[in-house]
Amino acid sequence: MNNHENTAIEFNQVSRHFGEVKAVDSVDLTIQDGEFFTLLGPSGSGKTTCLRMIAGFDHPTSGQIKLHGRDVTNLPAYDREVNTVFQDYALFPHMSVGENIGYGLMIRKVPKSERNRQVRAMLELVQLPGLEHRKPSQLSGGQRQRVALARALINKPKVLLLDEPLGALDLKLRQQMQVELKSIQHEVGITFIFVTHDQEEALTMSDRIAVFDMGRIVQTGTPSELYERPRTSFVASFVGTSNILSGETAQKITGSAQNISVRPEKIRLVAPETETADSFCAADGQVTAVVYAGMITRYTVALAHGQTMIVAEQNLDDVSKSVATSRGKQVRLIWPCSANNVLQDPE
Amino acid sequence: MHYKNNHRPKTPKGLLLSAIGVLLFLHLPFAIVMLYAFTTDETTFTFPPPGLTTKWFGVAMGRPDLWAALGLSLKVASIATVFALLLGTLAAAAVSRSKFFGRESISFLLVLPIALPGIVTGIALRSMMGLVNIPFSFWTIVIGHATFCVVVVYNNAIARFRRMGDSQIAASMDLGADGFQTFRYIVLPNLLTALVAGGMLAFALSFDEVIVTTFTAGQQSTLPIWIFSQLTRPRDRPVTNVVAFLVVTITAVPILLAHHLSQRDNL
Repeated sequence: MNNHENTAIEFNQVSRHFGEVKAVDSVDLTIQDGEFFTLLGPSGSGKTTCLRMIAGFDHPTSGQIKLHGRDVTNLPAYDREVNTVFQDYALFPHMSVGENIGYGLMIRKVPKSERNRQVRAMLELVQLPGLEHRKPSQLSGGQRQRVALARALINKPKVLLLDEPLGALDLKLRQQMQVELKSIQHEVGITFIFVTHDQEEALTMSDRIAVFDMGRIVQTGTPSELYERPRTSFVASFVGTSNILSGETAQKITGSAQNISVRPEKIRLVAPETETADSFCAADGQVTAVVYAGMITRYTVALAHGQTMIVAEQNLDDVSKSVATSRGKQVRLIWPCSANNVLQDPE
Repeated sequence: MHYKNNHRPKTPKGLLLSAIGVLLFLHLPFAIVMLYAFTTDETTFTFPPPGLTTKWFGVAMGRPDLWAALGLSLKVASIATVFALLLGTLAAAAVSRSKFFGRESISFLLVLPIALPGIVTGIALRSMMGLVNIPFSFWTIVIGHATFCVVVVYNNAIARFRRMGDSQIAASMDLGADGFQTFRYIVLPNLLTALVAGGMLAFALSFDEVIVTTFTAGQQSTLPIWIFSQLTRPRDRPVTNVVAFLVVTITAVPILLAHHLSQRDNL
């Protein structure tokens, strides 16, 4: 852990309390240099407060924050080599696009000609060449987003913070920006710390993700680790969809009363009483709802012992007929037992 | 609803007529005052004026009491406006940028003076000044005017602070600007048009204020009070019309400018 050369951000037992409310509670976190790291969690989980403490807009009640090995716990925002892309972009409405992007350089008294050169280079990077004389009010949402990004990156920060920057964009534009953000990060090679409540966005973009719940980090890992091996039922149901089996149901299926989670797409629907190999788990039930969603069809199945499970089957063939007729049918659900993930929920 | 120009529904005749009626009702008196600044009548006005002359402008020029009153009014309005700009902006900054117990009540108390009848403000100030033994002077007039001028500036400034939000200031700090630089490059330019508009309105309000002034002025006459006293003297009556003509011109310009500025900002 003392290898500061590769550590961009280090949280040491960081807490931020607002009176009785523990917005952030004893968080330990290490983010490697050059990582695309996502803080994921529902609203009020502490992820944004963590970001604000890295930026310097907020300061911990206790604990220590290090930036590239240097203690920045109580430094003001303007003394940190960190820049932020704000949720509402926070462009300065009275300045042109060029002046917005060049603001950080202007503050650092970089000569005007050099400033203009760098502003043009940044506009190239975010694919808005020639727009430096526009006003922010004349830009579309996606363009403002890019200007905000350029305004932050021009200062060559050690870490770039992104506070739900894609929230205001429509789906198509959002997906396009996700790809673009990744490629820009690759190009500039600095650490990106991304805050979002959108688990799909987190999975597609991140190298690693920290999942927040009630002021604490409940799990940190790569997207596939989080998805395949969620540690708690919170992570299992917040990141993607999970079937969580507990108590008697779990006992019957796996032979152990420990809570387990199974992803809906690991399960297949077969005819009742189909024989299965030993490496497969099985459960019997009745289909109570069928939702056709294009790529997949989602079945809700009520198990014999009271729990329900969701099954997502890929629509390899034309399933129009079976979708129409499968409601109410008795079925058997089978899945490889290796897909069972044992949860370690705190009691 | 947006209509293309050629599809815009026609304004009903009745509405159009009443709009014209209201406009006439509001502005015809001004026109008459303006007209009688040029009449050849000396004491009683007849319609139509028997003849037109510009001699009253000359007469007005030769009246030192008029110029003293005008000068006093301009001075009071300017200084009250400066006070209002300083105090109003600071109060707006405090109320909008920090959270504290009783913030809403303080905001309400700040705006209250403009809702109170001027006569109440006047009596209150006069008895207050009597109580603490402040002699009536130029400064007591300024204090009286500042009570409502501050509100005008405060209202303009706080609306702008609210619209600005916190994130621009955070962004500026994030990009390396300290508090002073943030104020200079971000807060002030954002606030400027609101302050200019608020200041002009405050100036115009102060310039023609009568009620509070009668309670807080000693022997001095501001222009509106001078005009009022002239109405009781039948001689040289058109001179008051000349003055009214000037006053309308002086106050209309800042009000129009202020209106224009706030309109442009809302685009």
